[in-house]
Amino acid sequence: MNLDSKIPSGPIGEKWTKHKFDMKLVNPANRRKFEVIVVGTGLAGASAAASLGEMGYNVKAFCFQDSPRRAHSIAAQGGINAAKNYANDGDSIYRLFYDTVKGGDFRAREANVHRLAEVSVNIIDQCVAQGVPFAREYGGLLDNRSFGGAQVSRTFYAKGQTGQQLLLGAYSAMMKEVAKGSVTLFTRREMMEVVIIDGHARGIVTRNLVTGEIESHTADAVLLATGGYGNVFYLSTNAKGSNVTAAWRAHKKGAAFANPCFTQIHPTCIPVHGDYQSKLTLMSESLRNDGRVWVPRTNGDSRRPELIPESERDYYLENKYASFGNLVPRDIASRNAKIVCDDGRGVGSTGLAVYLDFKDSINRLGKQAIEERYGNLFEMYERITGEDPYATPMQIYPAIHYTMGGLWVDYNLMSTIPGLHVLGEANFSDHGANRLGASALMQGLADGYFVVPYTLGHYLATTKLEKVSTDHPEFKKVEGDVRSRINQLLSIKGGRTVDDFHRQLGLLMWDKCGMSRSEAGLKEALAKIPEIRDEFWKNVNVLGGNDEFNQALEKAGRVADFLEFAELFAQDALHRNESCGGHFREESQTPEGEALRDDSNYCYVAAWEFNGVGKAGILHKENLEFENVHLTQRSYK
Amino acid sequence: MSKSINLTLKVWRQKNSKTKGQFETYAANGIDTDCSFLEMLDVVNERLTVEGKDPIAFDHDCREGICGMCGAVVNGQAHGPQRKTTLCQLHMRQFSDGDTIVIEPYRSRALPVLKDLAVDRSAFDRIIQSGGYVSVKTGQAPDAHAILVGKEYADLAMDAAQCIGCAACVASCPNASAMLFVSAKISHLALLPQGNPERETRVQEMVAQMDKEGFGNCSNEYECEAACPKGISVSNIARMNREFLSASRKK
Ligand SMILES: Cc1cc2nc3c(=O)[nH]c(=O)nc-3n(C[C@H](O)[C@H](O)[C@H](O)COP(=O)(O)OP(=O)(O)OC[C@H]3O[C@@H](n4cnc5c(N)ncnc54)[C@H](O)[C@@H]3O)c2cc1C
Ligand code: FES
Repeated sequence: MNLDSKIPSGPIGEKWTKHKFDMKLVNPANRRKFEVIVVGTGLAGASAAASLGEMGYNVKAFCFQDSPRRAHSIAAQGGINAAKNYANDGDSIYRLFYDTVKGGDFRAREANVHRLAEVSVNIIDQCVAQGVPFAREYGGLLDNRSFGGAQVSRTFYAKGQTGQQLLLGAYSAMMKEVAKGSVTLFTRREMMEVVIIDGHARGIVTRNLVTGEIESHTADAVLLATGGYGNVFYLSTNAKGSNVTAAWRAHKKGAAFANPCFTQIHPTCIPVHGDYQSKLTLMSESLRNDGRVWVPRTNGDSRRPELIPESERDYYLENKYASFGNLVPRDIASRNAKIVCDDGRGVGSTGLAVYLDFKDSINRLGKQAIEERYGNLFEMYERITGEDPYATPMQIYPAIHYTMGGLWVDYNLMSTIPGLHVLGEANFSDHGANRLGASALMQGLADGYFVVPYTLGHYLATTKLEKVSTDHPEFKKVEGDVRSRINQLLSIKGGRTVDDFHRQLGLLMWDKCGMSRSEAGLKEALAKIPEIRDEFWKNVNVLGGNDEFNQALEKAGRVADFLEFAELFAQDALHRNESCGGHFREESQTPEGEALRDDSNYCYVAAWEFNGVGKAGILHKENLEFENVHLTQRSYK
Repeated sequence: MSKSINLTLKVWRQKNSKTKGQFETYAANGIDTDCSFLEMLDVVNERLTVEGKDPIAFDHDCREGICGMCGAVVNGQAHGPQRKTTLCQLHMRQFSDGDTIVIEPYRSRALPVLKDLAVDRSAFDRIIQSGGYVSVKTGQAPDAHAILVGKEYADLAMDAAQCIGCAACVASCPNASAMLFVSAKISHLALLPQGNPERETRVQEMVAQMDKEGFGNCSNEYECEAACPKGISVSNIARMNREFLSASRKK
């Protein structure tokens, strides 16, 4: 396997400009002859489909929801970063680049990150022109806020629903192309396999989720924008349908999977409350701007929070991290919540929660000001928990939120399978070992609006591809494989439900591969995952047939893939015997218990090659070089 | 504090769009009041599966009230009894021990049932496709600050843009009208300078498509506003009507 990152030469600030000039172009008149498949209609997929359609390519867009507008991107609350420096507070492309490389704990590629920072400014322009109703000031200009501990105000937002507004922008841009005939939409379709002919990605096989039909679609290039795999933990802030299937199927056909263990745990989520729980709800990070995090000083203090005097409260983030306080990065805030709970000072019915208290802000700013800022979040909290956060502190606990790992891509966003490009959360590229708040939306839209429209043209212009049709024997073979796997799932008729297996896997992953990881725990996970998987294939119960609307069958296929993928996840976490970003190895910490990176041994991207189910993946390394942002240990003290 | 309650469910079961459906009754015992309505259905489905019975199909994805994928009529109300709350955000503490809950799909000619509680809402996509956008291509945009939008208009546009496309408005309307949905999109773009150049064609095309899909007319029942989980105001319908009239006059 050859990991050529194809990073252009030249100074960091000129690489992308130079590369844009060096790349070959497809003549506008020829573009409609090329078919491009885009799997996924979240920010990354919808923006790519819209842009490629506008350029004249013949695009087919797929999603599993009933409408492209419902992709998981819709759930993003907080905002989107861009280096506009509208706040005149010292931001710049270089600073956004710098913050992202450092925030990612030096495990991302500098060149990609710089490009991301460069195009961030165009994203905001594009979205505004589409009519995205970003928050504005009285003078009619855009409002910005500081987000997730950033020391500049570079975050653009639309109430608490930035993701929905950006997605509606990208979706409507795509629907305009559907009207024009340049994009064809396939909703309620699940991608089951990529089809590779003569070494190139030439199409996909899908299942129609309403009729069960197995369908083949040809293309000259395939773009995966299928989102993250946080649901390998069962409980996460992701939508229920978020899955690893598309990425994993591509991995099994030869696409390297990079840094699978790099997952982000978000510190402010509503805690787990019962075993029926189906998902975890994020409370926006912005709450940490005005809320103070604390737990009782003494173990097992079960008084109501109002009754615990100030002197008996431990505002542990403020005490430990004097300069950042409650605004330390996500990984640090999360890990510290775990530490105090493991110490027996957690609150709530399970002891796995900490307080996020707005009392001081309410006293200082008034209830109305807090209501204006967070009213919808407070309402949501009350709807879910039945408690009023104006009167009593919120309870929060960390939850799985985002996956920095993903399919390996080069600078052109192409995977190790020629023609297969990967965009958005599904790739590994820009966030290293930890993602900064408000940067995922930016990356998805950067990939789709401003990167892949250039790099895909270069691929198509420089690659000679024969015409293929769905009658090609490879399509027939893959369709057969898909059918036989479905039949196998349907024939087991065992004693346990799909969710039951998924829950079991999730608990194991959270316990052994969650906020804190150790060699012994990871080895235990590696021993148990195959056992769960074996039992799944012997004892899962999927009722009904293929030729119908069958949600249990949909879930079963996804969980089967999670059960294979989880092993690679644990393997990656075990091999990386250093702590970096969201990956905390107990063996690698400073005397004060902070994460300790090991640059002499692990300053690389771990890209895994598939080697058979149940067999260890083959490790390939892409060494990372830091020419601009110099390697330092992060410190937020 | 959470408690455990026992419920009786009467659920609409329909194999697909071609067959007729009927209500089936299920006991849902020992439901924790802290769980959401969809989690209650999950629990029931787990039990049905173990008994070898086909689980109830229902659409959902985000489970946080924003994707617009969930929705059913619960005791006669789209998304159930709690105001400004999607079905996934409705929690079982809104019900009492011993309650009977009737659960059925959205019913409208334009939203055919696919299975049980899942319906086909692709008509909404086709309405957006007919004109619910600003025709700007990637790369053409001027600097974001070249376009000024007064806060008042920006906020009003944002209020309209909150629509999640769940179709509860259609389900709650005696005429199965989609006017709240369509007017929310029209208002969002009509209130912003970016939407101005295509303002007249947009309203005409979208209204024409809405009619073509078979949605009914508005007779000012205001049921849609009451059912809307995002609190979209019926004043948007008035705005749409004004936009439509003025566009027709100019024609
Ligand atoms: C609650 C929450 C809040 C967040 N808030 C923020 C924020 O404030 N700022 C920020 O920057 N980021 C935020 N994020 C992260 C960000 O929203 C996501 O990383 C990003 O939106 C992912 O976009 P995407 O286009 O890559 O994928 P998604 O939006 O997840 O889209 C995936 C698409 O792929 C399709 N798909 C998946 N699998 C298949 C398959 N097998 N077959 C066919 N189709 C498939 C789906 O239908 C969907 O259309 C948040 C995330 C969560 C969970
Ligand atoms: S599941 Fe997304 S709104 Fe209910």
